[in-house]
Amino acid sequence: MPYQNRVAVLGAGLTRFMRRALETPKELAFEAAKTALEDAGLTIADIDCVVSVTAPEAFDGVHMNGEYLADGAGAWGKPYMRTYVGGGSGVFGLVAGWYHIASGHFDTCLVVAEEKMSPALPHPQGAFNAIYDQFTERPLGVNLLWIFALEMNRYMQTHGIPMETFARVAQKNKRNGIDHPSAQPGIAGDFTIEQIMASEVMAWPVQRLMVSPISDGAGAMVLASERFARRMSRPPVWIEGVGWNLDTSYWTNRDLYYPRYLEKAARMAYEMAGISDPRRDIHVVEPYDPFAYKELHHLEGLLLADKGQAPRLAEEGFWERDTAQGIPASPSGGLLGVGNPIAAAGMMKLAEIYWQLQGQAGPRQVKREVRRGLAQAWGDLMQVGTVVIMGR
Amino acid sequence: MEPFSGTSLTDHALVSGEVLLSFWQPKALYRWDAGVAISAFLDGLKAGKLLATRCPECRRTLAPPRVFCELCFRPIGDWVELPGAGTINTYSVSYVNWDATRRRTPEVPVVVELDGASPGIGILHLMGEVGTTLEEITGKLRIGAPVQPVWKPAAEREGAITDIRYFRLAEG
Repeated sequence: MPYQNRVAVLGAGLTRFMRRALETPKELAFEAAKTALEDAGLTIADIDCVVSVTAPEAFDGVHMNGEYLADGAGAWGKPYMRTYVGGGSGVFGLVAGWYHIASGHFDTCLVVAEEKMSPALPHPQGAFNAIYDQFTERPLGVNLLWIFALEMNRYMQTHGIPMETFARVAQKNKRNGIDHPSAQPGIAGDFTIEQIMASEVMAWPVQRLMVSPISDGAGAMVLASERFARRMSRPPVWIEGVGWNLDTSYWTNRDLYYPRYLEKAARMAYEMAGISDPRRDIHVVEPYDPFAYKELHHLEGLLLADKGQAPRLAEEGFWERDTAQGIPASPSGGLLGVGNPIAAAGMMKLAEIYWQLQGQAGPRQVKREVRRGLAQAWGDLMQVGTVVIMGR
Repeated sequence: MEPFSGTSLTDHALVSGEVLLSFWQPKALYRWDAGVAISAFLDGLKAGKLLATRCPECRRTLAPPRVFCELCFRPIGDWVELPGAGTINTYSVSYVNWDATRRRTPEVPVVVELDGASPGIGILHLMGEVGTTLEEITGKLRIGAPVQPVWKPAAEREGAITDIRYFRLAEG
């Protein structure tokens, strides 16, 4: 391995996910960081460096959000960086934490992901308008949902995917979310396909119960070098592969039916992990699911299904939590079932893979044996893929 | 697993005074220079023309135009005028405004692949003359359908993407 250090995950922690939290972003970051440190059996004195991830300043109305968060993230007096790649941030934060330790420069790193979307009025969606091109797009009166609706329609019509199949993904994730201790009130639940199909059309083909909510929340993980991890009593989970990739911002020049940037990110991570057949070697997966179609779209980009086949497999129950032959996808409940505090949602997915590998997922523990799992996130202008593979 | 921390607030808590709040309304004002490529593109729109650039290396004809090719990573100086018509790459029927308020009459955003540009090269715009209900609109539109631009009268154009009012389905 061309890296100085093999990197282990020693602990993870989350806050509850909420539509509106009383706690400030700093307080949320602190709660998540404290929980992760306790889970790892460490204190802040054991931490060599800190990475934080959080969304654009526009949500909080606070400039230099990274510096604002630093105290709550435990970064006082330590080497610290904040990074941000839109919705891909949660998973990218762990990648950044990974290379801090893989470089050989540090033995431990605390990665903290925080998001508080609720302060932005009248609705946080407005903060996203500024991601569109200011000359050729914004004057048309854009809103964020457009790009996802346009991408979903392209994907749906390219492969002839029935709406019921997307509803089935939402049903699975919202059911899985019932068992997640962080699940946002009102988001998880046992919905019928008919209820989901009859939910409000927001931007056709996107419907209300196939979109993740606005959320506040935080998550954190503790990483360590092999040398450090071997001193701990609990057997560690290892980061076996990382990958990330960015497509062009000229999104109207891309064929949105397939996330080619994610395939590149996934291939990078598979190669590092020595995985030649991901359908055999990935035993549980947390694909990023802010919309029901995105779970399927991402499973294809991750090469866990052929193009156009993830929906067929969904119809066969291949991605269900209790599958015997398939690969459980979003056993946590995902963004559709737990909530979507953007950067923290990616951290929630990473934490789920960690708990699944430790056998600590409780009622969410998948039936099949898991030795290796993958978490993925996506964001910016539908153009970034971030991937982490963990194993035990 | 221990229950996680976090105090969830209700709408009532926010309006009843139960929770102390603080407000800030920034007055952000920006002046953007349109740049080399987009200035020429907007000038073209004012003249009723849809302009693109062509990369001499990969031969792609690109819109929105740029003065460098992001694939070949080299400068582009060749400009071409496109006929303006195109085909639907994808579309949506949107009932939501940017502030999450709802619309009675939907908007129909569309990615139009432009005739004369390379395959798959499109721009974002709106469809018009497609009806007012979801059934009507999704019944009329299909991916691959030919569309043409409806321009503002010359006197009303100002060098903006909205100089094209919208695209509509091509005749025949």
